[in-house]
Amino acid sequence: MPSMLSANELACERGERLLFKNLGFELGNGEALLVRGGNGHGKTSLLRILCGLSVPAAGVVRWRGEAISKAHEQYGREMAYIGHANGIKDDLTPMENLRIAAALDGRVLDDASAVAALAQVGLSRCMDLPARVLSFGQRRRVALAGLMTAGALLWILDEPLTGLDVHGVAMVEQMIHDHVVAGGLAIMTTHQPLALDGLTPKILSVGD
Amino acid sequence: MLKFLFTVIRRDVLLAARRRGDWLTAQFFFVMVVSMFPLGIGPEPGMLRTIGPGVVWVAALLASLLSMERLFADDYRDGTLEQMLLSPYPTTLLTLGKAIAHWIINGIPLLLIAPLLGIQFNLPADALWILVLSLAIGTPILSLLGSIGAALTLGLRGGGALITLLIMPLYVPALIFGAGAVEGVLSGTGSEAHLSLLGAFLMMSLLLAPWVSAMALKVSVE
Repeated sequence: MPSMLSANELACERGERLLFKNLGFELGNGEALLVRGGNGHGKTSLLRILCGLSVPAAGVVRWRGEAISKAHEQYGREMAYIGHANGIKDDLTPMENLRIAAALDGRVLDDASAVAALAQVGLSRCMDLPARVLSFGQRRRVALAGLMTAGALLWILDEPLTGLDVHGVAMVEQMIHDHVVAGGLAIMTTHQPLALDGLTPKILSVGD
Repeated sequence: MLKFLFTVIRRDVLLAARRRGDWLTAQFFFVMVVSMFPLGIGPEPGMLRTIGPGVVWVAALLASLLSMERLFADDYRDGTLEQMLLSPYPTTLLTLGKAIAHWIINGIPLLLIAPLLGIQFNLPADALWILVLSLAIGTPILSLLGSIGAALTLGLRGGGALITLLIMPLYVPALIFGAGAVEGVLSGTGSEAHLSLLGAFLMMSLLLAPWVSAMALKVSVE
């Protein structure tokens, strides 16, 4: 399988401390990567490097064979990232959040698919409430609905299961499973066990 | 590209409309600061007329800085800034859009209140008109240059005070030419030269500030 995303000899420094070095992997269509490592070992730093928010101290990340720093536009279209913060505005309703996020990505999002995505994450009753009044888990679900409507090929998820209840966890597992089976790529970190229904993700350990 | 710019502007205006309390604070601050001077100095028409343009301009600078701290900070905190940085469009467009939105939200109201405040200082009608004109050219400069400070101090503790220290010196030309234009009308030497220089300064900020601010933003977010 040809690799879509590849990382070579990545190194990351925080302050004076070297978090990791010589980290590399390749990921092709229909593959998932699970990043493992203890607290403070640099999992989040690695994901931020992979999505292009941070610059590695050494090494390069390539998407479709081109360095992501040079392919900002294409990578921006094909990659979706959910970080520790949910990336939704508390003063807007979930609907408005999805619509604005889509517009900022240059996508057109029709109401029907936004409603469908929100219903799928179990928020059909909260569509017109400001996100401020939603619980932490519900806000996480809004971010996940955004991920579904983004239609990205590569998902980078930092602790996607945080704050979710049992149903939410099962839902995310199903989402990732369906995405990968459909030929998508997924990179995630989690401290919880992840059951991907017959799918075995590649494992990458950080900072040992 | 233009659609992205408009989306950024529309988004910020919508958010400001949802949080009117925050928005009104800066406007009231402007009115308060300007109104304190006649009260403190006393009702001597000649004196008030001399200091009027400068006072209105300095208050506009302070009001602009007051709202500047939150330009990127709110979006940084809830993660929407990261999402916008990862969008397929150049970051320069994002910072330009943010600065324009800041001007629409905080600059335009100043233009509308300024003539009323000018009357407190016994400014004649033609000077009031030039005061508004100078603010119309000058307040976008404040928003553009301020966005550099907001991007540089993002995520720092006490960022608000730091923005003031960093950006105030950059505001000096705008202050000199802006207040100077009104001064020119009052003393009869004309205001064209000052306004032209102010316009040139606006063009320069428009070209450079979004770019510098985008670079600062990338460093701060990292």
